[in-house]
Amino acid sequence: MSAALDTGDRAQAVPARPPGRARRRTDWGRWYTWAVLAWLFAPIAFMVVFSFNDPAGRHNITWQGFTLHWYANAFAYPDLNEAMFNSVTIALLTMVVAGVLGTLLGLALGRFGFRGKQLTNLVMFAAISAPEVVLGAALLSTFLMLNVTTGYWTTVVAHVMFCVSFVAITVRARVITLDPSLEEAARDLGAGPWTTFRLVTLPMLFPAVMAGGLLAFALSIDDYIITTFVSGDVNTFPLWIWGATRVGIPPQVNVMGTLLFAVGLTMAVINVVAARRRA
Amino acid sequence: MRNRKLTPYVLVLPAWTWLALFFVVPIGGMLSLSLTTGNVITGFQQTFAVGNYADAVGTYWEQILRSLLYGGCATLVCIAVGYPVAYWIAFRGGAYKSTYLLLLLLPFFVSFVLRTISWRFFLSDNGVVLGTFKDLGLLPDGFAVLNTAPAVVLGLAYNFLPFMVLPIYAVLERMDPHLVEASHDLYANRVRAFVHVVLPVSLPGVFAGVLMTFIPTSADYVNASVLGGTHNTMIGNVIQTQYLVNNNYPIAASITFVLMGLLLVGIFSYARALGTERVMEVHTS
Repeated sequence: MSAALDTGDRAQAVPARPPGRARRRTDWGRWYTWAVLAWLFAPIAFMVVFSFNDPAGRHNITWQGFTLHWYANAFAYPDLNEAMFNSVTIALLTMVVAGVLGTLLGLALGRFGFRGKQLTNLVMFAAISAPEVVLGAALLSTFLMLNVTTGYWTTVVAHVMFCVSFVAITVRARVITLDPSLEEAARDLGAGPWTTFRLVTLPMLFPAVMAGGLLAFALSIDDYIITTFVSGDVNTFPLWIWGATRVGIPPQVNVMGTLLFAVGLTMAVINVVAARRRA
Repeated sequence: MRNRKLTPYVLVLPAWTWLALFFVVPIGGMLSLSLTTGNVITGFQQTFAVGNYADAVGTYWEQILRSLLYGGCATLVCIAVGYPVAYWIAFRGGAYKSTYLLLLLLPFFVSFVLRTISWRFFLSDNGVVLGTFKDLGLLPDGFAVLNTAPAVVLGLAYNFLPFMVLPIYAVLERMDPHLVEASHDLYANRVRAFVHVVLPVSLPGVFAGVLMTFIPTSADYVNASVLGGTHNTMIGNVIQTQYLVNNNYPIAASITFVLMGLLLVGIFSYARALGTERVMEVHTS
């Protein structure tokens, strides 16, 4: 890519400089990227800063003074705690169920040719690209027609439905890169299909299974649109926040948002550090 | 041997069952519901009332058009903002490529609803930004960002930007940089090199990005509700209100199908222009 920078710079090249690197004009792309990042982080920074704010009235929108009060009383709203608990347990259930179903599906798609493979791809493509409103509305329509009462379990069912394809795609991508000769070797050494799967295939797939499972967890815990349609009277964290906007959001929401962000940040940093170690 | 042939079917069976029961069948259920008449008290009868569709479109054409317009604008904003970022990370990110990608995704660790509401507080009429500018006399007192169309479009673009950046990044990252060098050797300047070499290679990524941003943005209602006030409602708002507040299920189901139909027509004409395989390949990998 240095060729792109060469034009026009030659006249001012000073012999004392080391060749290649040092001559640079302003890297506008870098500034631009950082500006976009600033845009992306603006509301997050606002959320974090205002979790320490001591608002005068119901609206936490102007800076009044520093306090740790909201952190000390982070769990003062029983409804909010319950909603948070529901969100986490639903996400964990989704992670496990969608993780298992998606792994099997991804394995089949990556390893085998079978009748209906194209159709499977098409259904997955449709499930991923269909807008959430459509998925939620369709499920609610069917629950209504079958007189199913919506609630906790219908939410789990819906979340597994929209996460399964994401897990399958993640696992399939990994299966395609696996070397089949390792499994053949295991079979040559007398391992049956189940033993081969357990001792050879699954360990190699494990990073993708974990990645898919975490993706399912993240998608589930963040979901608002589908959940509003199928959750009935059950509250989740995004639903509770939404409901609270009408009466003024307590600063505890900023606290919980900040804590969730901190957890995500920590996991991401650990991931990066671990990747650097391995490299 | 027979056992081995069955293996893939056994593997796909659970996921297939789940997707069939809770995705394919419900679409049929919604179709059936859209063709009923009645109300919550008397119950709904299957009357194959095609008129529901005419009613739905007749009443809500404004919201339908607005959704497509806002979704389209948000997608354009995503391309304009996201393409240079993807380009820069792919070609100049060097050793920090994955760090930049991580920074790009980090804000999305905060819940979608919370992020959007945070924008609302951030941009409130007398909040930290506008309030400060007004105090300094840089903006007139009546100036507002919230409850306007640009607020909704920018909110949508904000929330779906990574869906544009990542596919473009993925194709640019795989591109051989020698191609650009070769074009320079053949006396192409930077603009020509970009237009004739980089841009064609990156188009599949842009197309995938357009699908992944236009579909969810045009069907979204969170941004319109939180940032748009009452005068910028989109089709998603109508669907949500009709289902969950008014319990007017036949109209709600019809309007959902209209939205689905419009998006499907869009995707198919898109796929025709590009080749189905390519669209699905980029989209699902």
